[in-house]
Amino acid sequence: MNKTLSMSRRGFLTKTGYLTIAFSVPLGMSTELAYAEDALADAHGDLRSNPMLDAWIRVNADGTVNLMIGKVELGQGIVTAFAQVAAEHLDVNIERLDILSGDTFHAPDQGTTAGSNSMPAAYGALRVVASEVRAALLELAAEELGVSFDDLTVEDGTITGPNGEQTTYWDLVDGETLHRQATGHVPIKSHEAFRLIGQPVPRLDIPGMMNGETTFLHDLRPEGMLFGQVVRPPTYKARLLDVDTAAAEAMPGVMEVIRNGSFLGVVAERQDQALNAANALRQAADWEVESDLPRNENMKEWLLSQEAIVSKKKDEPRANGPEPTKVIEAEYYRPYHMHGSLGTSAAIATLDNEGVTTVQTHSQSVYPTARAIAGMLGVEDDKVHLQHVQGSGCYGHNMADDAAADAALLAQAVPGRPVFMQYTREDEHRWEPYGSAMVIKTRAGVDEDGNVLDWDFDVWSTPHGLRPGGNPARLLPAQYLDPPFDEIGIPQSSGGPPNYNTARNAIADYAFPGHVVTDHYIPKAPLRVSSTRGLGAYANIFAAESFMDELALDAGVDPVEYRLHHMEDQRARDCINAAAETFGWDSYEGGNNRGRGFAYARYKNYAAMSAVALEVEVNPRNGRIRVIRVVTASDAGEIVNPDGLKNQIEGGLIQMLSWTLKEEVRFDDTRVLSDDWASYPILTFNEVPQVENVLINRPGEPYLGAGETLVGQAGAAVANAVYDAVGVRMRDLPFTPSRVQDAIRG
Amino acid sequence: MGEKSVVAFRLNGEDVDLDVPSDSTLLYVLAYDANALGPKYGCGKSQCGSCTVLIDGDPVRSCDVRVSAASGRHVTTLAGLRETDGTPGPLQRAMIAEQAAQCGFCTSGAIMQAQALLDRNPNPTESEVRSALNEILCRCGTQNRIVRAVLRAAEEM
Repeated sequence: MNKTLSMSRRGFLTKTGYLTIAFSVPLGMSTELAYAEDALADAHGDLRSNPMLDAWIRVNADGTVNLMIGKVELGQGIVTAFAQVAAEHLDVNIERLDILSGDTFHAPDQGTTAGSNSMPAAYGALRVVASEVRAALLELAAEELGVSFDDLTVEDGTITGPNGEQTTYWDLVDGETLHRQATGHVPIKSHEAFRLIGQPVPRLDIPGMMNGETTFLHDLRPEGMLFGQVVRPPTYKARLLDVDTAAAEAMPGVMEVIRNGSFLGVVAERQDQALNAANALRQAADWEVESDLPRNENMKEWLLSQEAIVSKKKDEPRANGPEPTKVIEAEYYRPYHMHGSLGTSAAIATLDNEGVTTVQTHSQSVYPTARAIAGMLGVEDDKVHLQHVQGSGCYGHNMADDAAADAALLAQAVPGRPVFMQYTREDEHRWEPYGSAMVIKTRAGVDEDGNVLDWDFDVWSTPHGLRPGGNPARLLPAQYLDPPFDEIGIPQSSGGPPNYNTARNAIADYAFPGHVVTDHYIPKAPLRVSSTRGLGAYANIFAAESFMDELALDAGVDPVEYRLHHMEDQRARDCINAAAETFGWDSYEGGNNRGRGFAYARYKNYAAMSAVALEVEVNPRNGRIRVIRVVTASDAGEIVNPDGLKNQIEGGLIQMLSWTLKEEVRFDDTRVLSDDWASYPILTFNEVPQVENVLINRPGEPYLGAGETLVGQAGAAVANAVYDAVGVRMRDLPFTPSRVQDAIRG
Repeated sequence: MGEKSVVAFRLNGEDVDLDVPSDSTLLYVLAYDANALGPKYGCGKSQCGSCTVLIDGDPVRSCDVRVSAASGRHVTTLAGLRETDGTPGPLQRAMIAEQAAQCGFCTSGAIMQAQALLDRNPNPTESEVRSALNEILCRCGTQNRIVRAVLRAAEEM
């Protein structure tokens, strides 16, 4: 039986008996936006741009609570973490929450869910809103029960007075509209009283996934759903010269063939029919094709030979002091990487009779992408409605936004009918915006003990962040329309503090007497690129932490000791020590082609920090690296959900091991050659090591974003362990068996 | 696209008769005609395993076979592993207990593949579990959690 979307997703908005709280009790404060100093600092822009309490939380007479958030679930468990925060500060059980996230018409605009920013950015807003809703309800209760506010206690929405008199949140809501701004003046529960925050609350969405219930966008079956496919050009800049659509139009089930400039698509009654028709169109299309790509094997030289925008990201050379006794240099390379979402991107779009195009999407950035789609369609912003529904994990800006745009275009041809569009694997692999290739050159002048005096770090990269924003040209199909949206708007700067971009984590957290970081930014995109897990951080940490190992070994100092010698920050030292101790670093005995490797970094220099110790075995005959076991030790500030945090850290580690050992986007001068999982292999179950995750909790400390806690450390720790095992230094990623063999043979 | 014809099989214990083109891909028939939630398109060429279902107990990549492969046979998806009251079955409970997912897109295929292993070998070693799941890809990095869940299920079943 088909389940209609309007019931499965939008149910609560049409629920009868829906009530909101009326603030009949004056709280003795201005309704103007006046935040207390600390709340102002904490609440972040999310609350200032969405100040109304009922934009976030509604309390219903039926005992449920609606929580509306602009951040979205990407498999990182963020919705569960938000539920913990809201339930904690409201004093209700988590089961009462009915959560709507990422709906551009009905949930507050919190921008993009990315950069390990969700908890730090939204936590402040959510706890203020939840605390204020709770306080307002207690004010009502105090009046109704005729007791003092301060004598009330709350347990799961039931309010009890000093003599046992009771009322509930659900009894107090009275049908008038809550439409009131947050004040920032309500006291907020302190961490000592937490009951939910800090607990390993199970993910709210996992039971449905395991039980085969509607979870994913791919599970939605709106009434009358049709199937769309897009015929991508053979190359990035190809132009459609001619296409005979007659054969495709005559195929069974084909409803519409859509051609607009070089954009070619089809809508059919069944998925097989759409795919077959797309293949027929591909055969029938005549394209003008260019051949101007650098080829993957030439990419390092290409990066180093381009005209670059050069800027200093840190410019603190040593003013005086002794000459270094020795200068050590190295060069590292990272190829293009894929997000490699396991499920290809998809969307469902419907054009209704009021001219509104509604798109179910798994985009990270529903709000700006809605604006970009409106621009592409040439309609007002309020004619495009995006609703986030879970999809395959994205790990950055994958093709989710392109899929939303493609589906929206196809839906214009069949008004009133929902169009489901899911990419083929080949399309996803060849057209997704990759993580940019990079070169890093390092140079250190050291003193007679081998300690760093001067640290020079130079980064070469093409762009990393080309999310749609509101720009239609950054949606893939828009580039092929007539007229095309072709102003992709590659930034002429590579980004500055605190997040940086190509230079993310290019500044090491060690205390070096002289420290210079230079960014060589190439504002071109021979391959399509955008935000991929960690942006520049993976390569920069890989290089810096490999180089620290090289310097330590040159100095004849244990690599952990060497790091501690240069590290002043106590929390970082705690992570380093915890990883080393848990791994058994000091008592480790290698041999037989086994070795240990270590790395540490703090993501973006201000988010969560993580140290990694791991062991590898290298087979010198075939060059294969096996990672045997890994210990991570991380500090993400106060922990909201320890199990969720471990899941994120271990998942990041494993994905980065996969990048390190196996992954590289291959391309010739015309097209991307990595078009499936055979030509772009990733780590498999047999290759995944045992992992032990140590968490250092910091109650009362700020939440630090954790989704990318562990990026380049994995690469460096493997390189360092390979050196320990077989004495060869791997500086070019990935460490494929043939590269390792070549290195061993010298 | 071929002529329509009736294809009949048992899906999770219930008879299904569907009037679909005979050269349809099994995955799409299961997903869009029989409305089975679980098997997912990931690659279309038996490389990732996210479309895995059981046919007469054997794991099959449903993206890479025609619907006729199911004709007259027993097809099992996630719904077929539930208890009779609709609550999660033993392997599903173990997956929930271990919180063995991030995005969950590979989950359905991993569960079906693991169920086939447990049906054949109720007490697998960890290395047997890894090998059985080696052609199921997971991009989020939850492999160790899935392995623990399968071992837990084996213990509890």
